[in-house]
Amino acid sequence: MTMAKNGQIEGGAVLGRVLSVLVILAGILFAAQLCLASPADHSQVPSIFDPHSGNADLLYRLSGFVLSITGLIFVVVFTLLVYVVIRFRERPTNAGREPAQVYGSNQIELAWTVIPILIVVVLFLATARVIHAIQDAPEPAEALEVTAIGHQFWWEYRFPALGVVTANELHIPVSDRAHPRPTFLKLLSADTDHSFWVPQLGGKTDLIPNHINRIWFSPQETGLFLGQCAQYCGTQHAKMLLRVSVESEEDFDAWIQAQKEPAIQDEKESAGRRVFETTACLNCHAVGGTNGTGRFGPDLTHLMSRQTIAAGAAENTPANLRLWIQNPDAIKFGSLMPAMKLSDADLDALVRYLETLK
Amino acid sequence: MSSDAMAIRTAEAAGRPWVEILHEWVTTVDHKRLGVLYIVYALVFLVIGGIEAVIIRIQLIRPLNDFVSPQVFNRMFTMHGTTMIFFVAMPVLFGFANYLVPLMVGARDMAFPRLNAFSFWLSAFGGFLLYFSFVGGSGLYGAGNAPDVGWWAYAPLTSRAFSPGHSTDYWTIALLVSGFGSIGTAINLITTILCMRCPGMTLGRMPLLAWLNLVMSGMVLIALTPLSAAQIMLLADRYLGSHFFDTQAGGSATLWMHFFWIFGHPEVYILILPCFAFMSEIIPVFSRKPIFGYPVMVGASVCIGFVSMSVWAHHMFSIGMTSYANAFFTITTLSVGVPTGIKIFNWLGTMWGGRIQFKTPMLFSIAFLFQFLIAGLTGIMLGSAAFNWQLTGSYFVVAHFHYVIVGGILFALFGAFYYWYPKITGKMLSETLGKIHFWLFFIGFHMTFDLMHIPGLLGMPRRIYTYEPGRGWDTWNLLVTIGALIQSIATLVFVANLIISYFKGRDAGNDPWDAWTLEWSVSSPPPEYNFATIPTVASRRPLWDIKHPEDPDSRYE
Repeated sequence: MTMAKNGQIEGGAVLGRVLSVLVILAGILFAAQLCLASPADHSQVPSIFDPHSGNADLLYRLSGFVLSITGLIFVVVFTLLVYVVIRFRERPTNAGREPAQVYGSNQIELAWTVIPILIVVVLFLATARVIHAIQDAPEPAEALEVTAIGHQFWWEYRFPALGVVTANELHIPVSDRAHPRPTFLKLLSADTDHSFWVPQLGGKTDLIPNHINRIWFSPQETGLFLGQCAQYCGTQHAKMLLRVSVESEEDFDAWIQAQKEPAIQDEKESAGRRVFETTACLNCHAVGGTNGTGRFGPDLTHLMSRQTIAAGAAENTPANLRLWIQNPDAIKFGSLMPAMKLSDADLDALVRYLETLK
Repeated sequence: MSSDAMAIRTAEAAGRPWVEILHEWVTTVDHKRLGVLYIVYALVFLVIGGIEAVIIRIQLIRPLNDFVSPQVFNRMFTMHGTTMIFFVAMPVLFGFANYLVPLMVGARDMAFPRLNAFSFWLSAFGGFLLYFSFVGGSGLYGAGNAPDVGWWAYAPLTSRAFSPGHSTDYWTIALLVSGFGSIGTAINLITTILCMRCPGMTLGRMPLLAWLNLVMSGMVLIALTPLSAAQIMLLADRYLGSHFFDTQAGGSATLWMHFFWIFGHPEVYILILPCFAFMSEIIPVFSRKPIFGYPVMVGASVCIGFVSMSVWAHHMFSIGMTSYANAFFTITTLSVGVPTGIKIFNWLGTMWGGRIQFKTPMLFSIAFLFQFLIAGLTGIMLGSAAFNWQLTGSYFVVAHFHYVIVGGILFALFGAFYYWYPKITGKMLSETLGKIHFWLFFIGFHMTFDLMHIPGLLGMPRRIYTYEPGRGWDTWNLLVTIGALIQSIATLVFVANLIISYFKGRDAGNDPWDAWTLEWSVSSPPPEYNFATIPTVASRRPLWDIKHPEDPDSRYE
């Protein structure tokens, strides 16, 4: 009997020890992860604790505040729990005797009601301030306006004031203190719900059909920032990746100038162009200056200015382009791009033509 | 009286043809048998839903894995979520409520025994319909198979344009049918608790388990009805040409979100309140003290019931509501933390100064307290709308709600199984297997769900069938998957314990835990009529009064 009791007592102590070891272990692992994600490869690990824009920084600072308060609550209650479990465990000395039967205490109840209420008020005020700062921010005159449209399973970007249409890779200017130029995104959806999430630039906002949303970024550093669709939108939700390139004012203006140009007409590749214009390509894709004006798929006028195809699922190389046209399922199973079933000659000509669309 | 009843039962069970026994179970209106049916049915689905979870985790064990296709993966997470919520958690909790509430309030059955049976069979039929989609979901277009729209099935993904075939219909009708079953059971529980209490059991002397199930049932009535209405609207959209959620024709996708979450959030509390109920019975008994602050616990439960009706849109902070709406749902969401905190403190107060016995039910209860604390705190992070913009839709939120549902609800349920199995079967569950089960599950749980928060913070969205390498997510996903496998092994130990102990377990006797509520006054398993004579109670702990006539509770209440 005594042996059994000892076993149970040990159970309690072991429980406490294992719990604390687990918590510490997880903490160390996470800290290691954050250190590994050094600034050099910030674009590769889209951590929410590595903000690179003014609005993401607001969220980051709020998260620090909320984490420290919740962390404090955790430490207090966890310590209490471990203390109670160890201090009031059954021991051979008290076995068989019922402890004092206590039914409650109004003073204590009042204390542990009022203190949490105060914490709630503080957390609410801190949150409300950030909500207001982000959601109710007026749009300054110098802001860049972009319309982002979610499609199954890619992103369309339109710069209405600049007359530029592109897909999947968004280019925006840096917005430093001296020259604030935030980007205001109008979010639309062509089909189902999507969500725009580039953690280092800001929180996520959904793209919902028939429901216009707006977000803004004020990126403070140039670089490439990754994200992806964060609202389940169908089969290839996983490969609806986001790439946002934050560029200096000059680079951005140069990019815009290049995108405004009509498509390059290279007479040598007229065979490939003919394939584009006489097959189903043009039902969905547009190339400026041709009779292709489709909008179901990405605009291809400056296809070769993009680093990836299939919404970031593959690098933009001739081999990948060829594979994508021939058998899209090999790159992105379930995407809405059909297999074009072209002859080898047509396929080669088409890929060569696409390569001229710089 | 109780030993007589035992003798009669054993004599009856011996040597009858199995068809007769089966017929008896199928046509039964006895609350205890229906409770057992609910529980067994939920355990079957627990194993199925668990297998789906393992498939999901194996697919995510490394980047660009191709264990299953994207479509299969999407079906798996849809079926896993739907199964675990509607066909595991709800039925198993209804099962325990069915079994325990009449016994604990001193009644001979539920108020409406035949409605009870009808509700069970509706729920069972719902589960069957959902899984029949694997066979029948193809429809005319050859597309479909099991539903793949996610367990909350946001519009317009459920419209016929995006979900051809019948898979979504099976999902809709399964939830509609089982939803009516849930409403029936809720009506039954409310009536039983309000009208069938034994003499002397005022509302203020009712066990907390009955109180919490009363609040839960009230919430079912309010929350399940909008869900059922939305399912009917969705069916009308798909087949009758209406446009509630058809965004191409002026319908509203956000309307579905509101309908779903005004069900979906109370649903979380519908699941957790009965688990609070288990805790409020188990913790006092193994601390050898009455529950601390009974009236406050009742008040906090009712308060949670009300407040949780006004928090639903915290699932929708990213859909572009106004800043006022976001602020409103932030304050309501954070407020739920207050009564929930009161509950945790009262359980700690119950243990304080007690004599804590580390039997398996208590181990699960202590782990519940620890994990529910963390789940509550990550809930506060998610409740802060602005912080939520970074967290929602990511693996952080997946980790959070699994912390609630596995770390909270499932741990409480395991505790309840170890605590009441002796009452239900007359046999004790093996303590050795129980401890192995507990520690394995505990380690697996923490390995999976502690670490799962981290890829979410590193930008990994949920519901992706694969991910790019080099985002800092790889190691975490590997460890999470290993943890999931440990949990599966632990669950097998549990199932083995249930089966082995049923045949070889130690006899439980009427009251193996030296407990204080009425169910322990009758034999294990209880006779069909529960109580030969309806008991009369004078306090919250009638059996304490009997065991300690020199110092009964009734003197203090």
